[in-house]
Amino acid sequence: MRNDPVIQAEGLTKRYGDTTAVEGLSFRLPRGATWGLLGGNGAGKSTTIAMLLGLLVPSAGRVTVLGHDMARDRFAALARMNFSSPYVALPHKLSVAENLRVYAHLYGVARAERRIAELAAELHLEDILERPAGQLSAGQKTRVALAKSLINEPELLLLDEPTASLDPDTGDWVRGWLERYRARSGCAILLASHNMAEVERLCGHVLMMKRGQLVAEGSPAELVSGFGRDNLEDVFLDIARGRQAGGEAAA
Amino acid sequence: MSGAQLAARRVWGLVYRHLALYRRSWPRLIELMYWPVLQMLVWGFVTAYLAGVQQNTGTVAAGVLLGGVLLWEVALRSQMGFALSFLEEVWSRNLGHLFVSPLRPRELVAGLVVMSTLRMLVGVLPAVGLAWLLYGFGLFALGPVVVLFFAALMMMGWAVALGVTALILRHGAGAEPLAWSVLFGLTPFACVFYPVSTLPVPLQWVASALPAAHVFEGMRAAVLEGRVETGHLLAAFALDGLWLLLLGRVFLGQFEAARRSGALSNIGE
Repeated sequence: MRNDPVIQAEGLTKRYGDTTAVEGLSFRLPRGATWGLLGGNGAGKSTTIAMLLGLLVPSAGRVTVLGHDMARDRFAALARMNFSSPYVALPHKLSVAENLRVYAHLYGVARAERRIAELAAELHLEDILERPAGQLSAGQKTRVALAKSLINEPELLLLDEPTASLDPDTGDWVRGWLERYRARSGCAILLASHNMAEVERLCGHVLMMKRGQLVAEGSPAELVSGFGRDNLEDVFLDIARGRQAGGEAAA
Repeated sequence: MSGAQLAARRVWGLVYRHLALYRRSWPRLIELMYWPVLQMLVWGFVTAYLAGVQQNTGTVAAGVLLGGVLLWEVALRSQMGFALSFLEEVWSRNLGHLFVSPLRPRELVAGLVVMSTLRMLVGVLPAVGLAWLLYGFGLFALGPVVVLFFAALMMMGWAVALGVTALILRHGAGAEPLAWSVLFGLTPFACVFYPVSTLPVPLQWVASALPAAHVFEGMRAAVLEGRVETGHLLAAFALDGLWLLLLGRVFLGQFEAARRSGALSNIGE
């Protein structure tokens, strides 16, 4: 069904012994939308993404991705989604083209060489296709990681800090490219980031997490106005430091 | 594409990833051949010396020793080929991408089995050729039964590697040394160079649970008496099936446990 959400999380919870990493997280990511997942270090963003990817089994709750229950049928969803993170490497000894070829095979991409050529042209990778992935600059690695994450033309893209460690110019180029890609493809994007300007620019809706819980959500403009602040960074600081919407300090 | 074709393509994707690695790294290729060739050279000279001392009456014994060395390398290289191919993914921090792709755990195992076979062949066949050139020992002169010996020992190597990989999933980098060492520890019970009857009775029970001990009993029968020990071969394959089933379940169980504990996303750290 085209109106079904791409991600439907219901009461998603992850506990490690006595520690609760994520508790009772529920949200519905619509098709074609870009949402941000924000929170300080240890807020539960990475754990949430790992559960959405089926890499981690929730202690409680349920997540459905592209209509597939991730507890029972995750591989059907995984073929139609993809993931990029600067913290998960591609094999350094393999060339960029070889890396992309590996993932084209893993995702069953038809006409793989044509797809790789398309991505190389779109992401300006033509000159580095034969270079080992370990010899690339941070900006080049980011573009290669993006190419890997788009190899199967995903309907859902999970991005974990896609512009971390990039210079402002390259970061801006990546953000612009993501905007154009989403508009063109209709792909839904869930973006975890610490860059508030990036989130304000790309995301129509933001989920704010703290200590594993969803503490606020809304469009960047709604959050900024709800907290009586000038920008999302101040809202982030309010939440991180325990101030409520309207600037009151939490009890 | 059908489901089976897609599965085959995913397995090929994993194999291609490792072949590409070897294409770019000749030291890795040399390393595959290094130990089997070295082992064969040392044992070859030892058996040549013994044959000389015993005025050539030791020729048959030399065959048993060289055959044992070469066939045991089949098991060792198969086990290492599987476990080290998995560790390559850990070392390159690539598991996070693999495990969120549509690659099923059983396809991961199939890809590692293919890589293990290729690595074993690249490692052992030069040693087999050299044994023939230097010492006139033709392993394949034993007949088609050698292929069965190879198959039984490869299966044992994969079974042990499944156990080792499960331990790596459970304990992370701390279990890495097992990838090199675990099968060496079974050498005394595999009865590579002596009959099972040489062992004390309690250890004979241990040996009888290992497919390798049956393979080497069969090899000695083939070299010394020129006959095929069907009973030992069947026992080896039956035990292989049993161990593969058991350790395959351990691997899959540990894979799921790692998904619950979060170890899958930070293995190797």
